[in-house]
Amino acid sequence: MDFSILTNYFGLYMEGFYGTLLSSVLALIGSFLIGAVIAVFRIRGLRWFGAVYVEFIRNIPLLLVVYIFYYGPSALGFTLDGFKAGTIGLAVYTSAFIAEAIRAGILAVPKGQMEASRSSGLSYIQTMLHIILPQAIKLVIPPLGNQFINLIKNSSVLTLVAGLDLMYFADGISTETYRTFDTYIFVAVFYLVLTLPLSYGVRVWERRLQRKY
Amino acid sequence: MKMSRSFKMAGALLIAAMLVVSGCGNNKENNTAGGNASGGAATDSKAIAKIKERGKLLVGVKYDTRLFGLKDPATGKVDGFDVDISKAIAKKILGDENAIELKEVTSKTRIPMLNNGEIDMVVATMTITEERKKEVDFSDVYFQAGQSLLVKKGSPITGLESVTKDTKILGSKGATSIKNIKEKVPGVTVLEFDNYQDAFSALKAGQGDALTTDDAILYGMASQDPGFEVVGKPFTDEPYGIAVQKGNTDVVQAINDTLAELKSNGEYDAIYTKWIGKAPAQ
Repeated sequence: MDFSILTNYFGLYMEGFYGTLLSSVLALIGSFLIGAVIAVFRIRGLRWFGAVYVEFIRNIPLLLVVYIFYYGPSALGFTLDGFKAGTIGLAVYTSAFIAEAIRAGILAVPKGQMEASRSSGLSYIQTMLHIILPQAIKLVIPPLGNQFINLIKNSSVLTLVAGLDLMYFADGISTETYRTFDTYIFVAVFYLVLTLPLSYGVRVWERRLQRKY
Repeated sequence: MKMSRSFKMAGALLIAAMLVVSGCGNNKENNTAGGNASGGAATDSKAIAKIKERGKLLVGVKYDTRLFGLKDPATGKVDGFDVDISKAIAKKILGDENAIELKEVTSKTRIPMLNNGEIDMVVATMTITEERKKEVDFSDVYFQAGQSLLVKKGSPITGLESVTKDTKILGSKGATSIKNIKEKVPGVTVLEFDNYQDAFSALKAGQGDALTTDDAILYGMASQDPGFEVVGKPFTDEPYGIAVQKGNTDVVQAINDTLAELKSNGEYDAIYTKWIGKAPAQ
């Protein structure tokens, strides 16, 4: 293995790593917020809107969602650069899956919990916040962890809209060095640096929540 | 339980480590294989015999480049200058211009695919450079192009001299044109795409100010959308060559013989005029 690629192009790798990290963190926060709102819509309120959103977004390829945000805005008279369009696309795409995970978690809490809480005088919102969500979160963490790991890997889609992520710079390095295999092995290691701790963290968190009850 | 979890994490790390190590092993193999190939070539290359045995020439061409190699979505047929030249080579080597299988390459994939043995040669608007010569062997020049700029009609950019640091240039990954523009205008922002179709879409969507590559390709794009035009004089010399795996000297010889023949019997001029719309400059 040619470690000189890593040392010679370390600056580019780090620039890409930073792009992937930043995009992933922003998309992670964004997708969680959008997903939580959509999940609530799907249970109470604008149920049809939640359903349409989830079914539309999760049944088209991620690349297409990103293209919509990259090529689409020019028709409306503005542009989003590759990084912004990619990150927004990633957040929107992942939010559909997160909404489903959260919804499944909320629905998995026995109905009696809601009924008991409401008959003891708590409002719907209070019941959600204090009774249902604390129980749902335990069920939701494993699937959420999966979605977040997928999100980090999916962020490689940014390369296709010149989004300045890890894969984008790696493509540049590989065409300059002609060492395709070596270049991408280092990319895999950089992705693992992001995903392994996340996957470990999710497991630890899951265990701690389990212990509480 | 605790034990088994930490074992799993350790396992994942181990796999990561193995990836690195296996990369190591593979690479050494590649290196020695490469060494053998070029060693054997010095004496006698048998690449032609292999092609004849297969009965089919495997050629990497572009599928997204108007005038050179473009796939018609309606018929699935790939046509262009590069394809016609490839057919002539197939005729020379195998006696049949249809004994050919085209495979799609991009600026990014063509050298890896060639060196993997997936294709016998690359006929894909590929500029001959000293750096590429270290990786592949080139035939004689089969097309003379020059780098230029494509802009939206009415753009303030009228040529290389109006490109500044603040200009956003679009290009294709792995192309020489990216390196050239960075040398001519240090510090210029360049956004690289997987192929020219994506780069052109980005230009249309207002993601950049100018698209740069060889004029031959740019004229193809301008003919596709009259809202865009090629501006300024070509600012580089881009001699296109046909690339083969390093050491396949017999194939290079066959290609050069074909090119010489096409040029002497006037067929080259006919192919050139058919696609570019004018005869080659003498």
